[in-house]
Amino acid sequence: MPDVQSTVVEFVNKLRKRKIEGSQATAKCTVELLRSVISHQRVPHANQAAALIDAVKAVGEQLVAANPVELAVGNVVRRVLHIIREEDLSLTTAAMGGLDLLDASDDDDVDNCKGIGYPAMSAAVVAAAARSTLRPPSLQTLLEGTPESATVPYTSSSGADSESKTADKSSLTRKLKHDVIEGVNQLIHEIAGCHEQIAEQAIEHIHQNEVILTLGSSRTVLEFLCAAKEKKRSFRVFVAEGAPRYQGHLLAKELVARGLQTTVITDSAVFAMISRVNMVIIGAHAVMANGGVIGPVGVNMAALAAQKHAVPFVVLAGSHKLCPLYPHNPEVLLNELRSPSELLDFGEFSDCLDFGAGSGSLQVVNPTFDYVPPNLVSLFITDTGGHNPSYMYRLIADYYSADDLVM
Amino acid sequence: MGAQKKPAAARVRDDSEDLTRQRLQAIVLADSFTTQFRPITLERPKVLLPLVNIPMIDYTLAWLESAGIEEVFVFCCAHSSQVIDYLEKSEWYSRPNPNLLVRTIVSPKSTSVGDALRYIYEQQTETSQIQGDFVLVSGDTVSNMPLAGLIQEHRDRKKKDEKAIMTMVIKKDSRLGIVSDQLFIAVDPLTKQLLHYEEGTARGGDVCLDKSLLDSTVLVCNDMQDCYIDICSPEVLSLFEDNFDYQHLRRHFVNGLLVDDIMGYKIFTHEIQSSFYAARIDNLRSYDMVSKNIIQRWTYPYVPDINFSGNRPLKLGRQGIYRASDAVQSRSTNIGASTVIGYGTKIGNGGKIFNSVIGNGCSIGSNVVIQGSYIWNNVTIEDGCEIRNAIVCDGVKIRAGAVLQPGVVLSFNVVVGRNFVVPAYSKVSLLQQPTTEDSDEELEYADRSGTADLLSGVNNLQLESKASELGPDRTGYIWEVCDSAHDEEWKHSVIPIPMDKLADITRAMDDDDIEDESVVPPSGELKSDTDSINTDANDDYGYFEREVEETFLMAIIKDDVDHVIRLINSRRFAYNMASADCAGAVFYSMMRLAVNTPHNSASELYRNATTIITKWKGVLGLYLKQTDEQIEVIMKFEEMCEESAELGPLFAQIVHFLYDKDVVQEDAILRWGEEKAGADESDKVYLKQCEALIQWLKEASEEEEEEDS
Repeated sequence: MPDVQSTVVEFVNKLRKRKIEGSQATAKCTVELLRSVISHQRVPHANQAAALIDAVKAVGEQLVAANPVELAVGNVVRRVLHIIREEDLSLTTAAMGGLDLLDASDDDDVDNCKGIGYPAMSAAVVAAAARSTLRPPSLQTLLEGTPESATVPYTSSSGADSESKTADKSSLTRKLKHDVIEGVNQLIHEIAGCHEQIAEQAIEHIHQNEVILTLGSSRTVLEFLCAAKEKKRSFRVFVAEGAPRYQGHLLAKELVARGLQTTVITDSAVFAMISRVNMVIIGAHAVMANGGVIGPVGVNMAALAAQKHAVPFVVLAGSHKLCPLYPHNPEVLLNELRSPSELLDFGEFSDCLDFGAGSGSLQVVNPTFDYVPPNLVSLFITDTGGHNPSYMYRLIADYYSADDLVM
Repeated sequence: MGAQKKPAAARVRDDSEDLTRQRLQAIVLADSFTTQFRPITLERPKVLLPLVNIPMIDYTLAWLESAGIEEVFVFCCAHSSQVIDYLEKSEWYSRPNPNLLVRTIVSPKSTSVGDALRYIYEQQTETSQIQGDFVLVSGDTVSNMPLAGLIQEHRDRKKKDEKAIMTMVIKKDSRLGIVSDQLFIAVDPLTKQLLHYEEGTARGGDVCLDKSLLDSTVLVCNDMQDCYIDICSPEVLSLFEDNFDYQHLRRHFVNGLLVDDIMGYKIFTHEIQSSFYAARIDNLRSYDMVSKNIIQRWTYPYVPDINFSGNRPLKLGRQGIYRASDAVQSRSTNIGASTVIGYGTKIGNGGKIFNSVIGNGCSIGSNVVIQGSYIWNNVTIEDGCEIRNAIVCDGVKIRAGAVLQPGVVLSFNVVVGRNFVVPAYSKVSLLQQPTTEDSDEELEYADRSGTADLLSGVNNLQLESKASELGPDRTGYIWEVCDSAHDEEWKHSVIPIPMDKLADITRAMDDDDIEDESVVPPSGELKSDTDSINTDANDDYGYFEREVEETFLMAIIKDDVDHVIRLINSRRFAYNMASADCAGAVFYSMMRLAVNTPHNSASELYRNATTIITKWKGVLGLYLKQTDEQIEVIMKFEEMCEESAELGPLFAQIVHFLYDKDVVQEDAILRWGEEKAGADESDKVYLKQCEALIQWLKEASEEEEEEDS
């Protein structure tokens, strides 16, 4: 436990000092940290889920407080909590199902579970079935029957696999923890693979001889564009440089290295260029429950320009960026104000900055993020497919429990 | 030879492995060894003073931690127990398995940076705490620059050149020149080696460079700021140990190394990129400046709305207003731009607060005007007060209607009476001003207990009789400001520079620019052929002469020639004097000694002089190897004789004596005679005295020549 505590402290420290940047990296670190918290957490016999939830919540609160601006941390914590709740639910239903299935059941829960042993296969299937029946079916599951059914055999097989290994000493405790860790591993897998998942869809959206505009730098956008390029689509990319951090320059460099036709423009030239653009593709920092987007500063301007010229405005976001909160909450719309040294050299405007002496004083504001309201967004592409902004709340309901929204 | 080389190469490789394995260490001096922050620092160490509601040392430690430093030694001196208490309670100690180990070193007796480093060196022999290169900063540094690359650069350089023992961080900053003393440095533009360092030259004053520097290209800058962040090799500690008279890190140590060409140690500079921030708080003005920079977020991520060291983060609103979530404020209060309001603070109706920092737990009444001020924790300000550009420490009570005029400093727990007007620039403390006049280099009051005695023991009586100073129901003494300091006061207080002064300075600067354009461009490269550098150093020479005299008189008691030579050499290096100057000064001291020894007649004086010369001619001889230097001595003596009527008549006799004792060669005397031959009639008094001698010498040499031929 102490080593977990120290890794938590270390991570909190990094978040505080803004040493980790980018939501994917943060999400990855967070979920790995939470996995070790769960695996080191001692669980009592009764009410194990609550113990795990408390432990995760306690750590999660620290992480969120360390850098409230990085919404991915909160999202991942809520995802993990959701996984715990789900697994707990499926286990209880499985236990109930087991009681029905097996006549020769013992009196108490632990023995019962021991008794299950080999019929675990059926229990997992029952659990999956229970999960889908307990939850009202979402539009997504109705439309795409395949992914759901694909996940069921996955969980059941892996469950059976490990079950046979740990059958001897298995107890309900270990089972829940094990399942949760399994679920968290899947989440890690998902976060790591979100770029490829999103990029796979590129071919459907980018067509021959199109002109794409993007702003700032996003790994997701890079992979997305490159995936289209690999499929022999030829198109051109305009990169708005994304002042004052100029991450667009880095993106342009990468794109050229991968053989794309790239043009760098200033942020202020976006409006002038937009009439030649077929689609704007942006990587988000976070997607809010109402379908609004928090992205690099300048994004709102690009979205407005796109709307004016009826150019589709597409936002790419891995599922860890979906935030179950609404942006009316001032706590959420926090913006990080960075050092003015990105705009001005220290001492450059010293005489105006030394306020108090004269009448006027110069203030330098360097916000990191911009908020794009949902009506400006045409399409979200997440690792599960393309979605309309008005649908985001539903998608988010799949990933989070309502109990965890307020931590 | 080849066989010998091999093990050496192997050792080098071992060393490099050692270097990579070393922990990154830093020494933080939690005492600035100055009195700039008095009277506040009589009660609390400077590093614990709140800077935008967070103690200064937290900024330093947070920065060092994120820059990758693994172990910090906090050197405590004055108020060491307070510093240690604070650190033990802080996050730095309580954190499990921290990245940054904080240790404290306590030495209450140290009175300067030199003492501190010597103390660390002494400890070093027992504990060997410092394993390799270390970062030396003071505990009042605010920065966000990365250090890893810099340390690597230093190590690489050290590997190549054993003598590169220190890297100094400098920052381009044109504006601090107005405020603090100007810094003048000369750097080799290619290697970044520091060649000359001069602090506190007045604007437009002359700067003298050693002529040998001009053999190659030199970059001369006067728009640099010294960040007082140094990467040092362990040799630095031992150098301090060897040179027991080094006190000040820059004035003595750096200048000492620069003029000392025997050991050949080198100092390099590193200019930090303009995107990083580094500054040091050494007086109230820089306190004000750095506070404002923090509020403007130049120090990001070390800003009040980020929890970087266990502080409670504040909320940042529009226009740079930082507010604690539980601060209570009346709707009618007007809170202006760039203001910080701490936790648990209550503000009454109709006030006006801007450009100010207000600490935790303060209570501020109605209709209070606070502008450009720093109000620390738990301060009570009653209705209708007016506070402009003041520093108000913890626990102060300001009764209704009181006015603090600009530049006031109220130390801990002072009470200002109803409707009392505290005059501008006054410093008020519960402690009395120490009566002894301190040099500016003195230690902040060593121990709290001592000062407490001062308060309780010295006079409760006086407290009452003097109490009227601050109006009815008040406590505290107003410290006197000596007249000379008063003129300079505007430079160091928290008040923005008054417009008229600023205009003066800028005008002076413009004038300079015009005048100097031909001489020294503000910052440019001087080619080797430029000889326009002024070499006028009269002032320095005066000091030097006085110091040599003092040393000489002191040393004479000990009666040890070697000892005298050593002391004088150290002075010589400190002032960068030629050996001719030394000789002049030594001779001057000897003659002064002779004159000051009691005597009744001229002959007795002559006897005194001769005995002294015979005794100490070894010292003189050391500096008089060349004819030029000997002439210098004679001319010096001439000057002295003009000043002292007693010595005048003895001139020829003493010169002759010097010749007899082989201190002065005949060549020197003859050449002196030739030089003087062309001088004014009034200057020839002594030449005439010596005519006989010169004549005699000439004849003697002619005879010699004849004999030779």
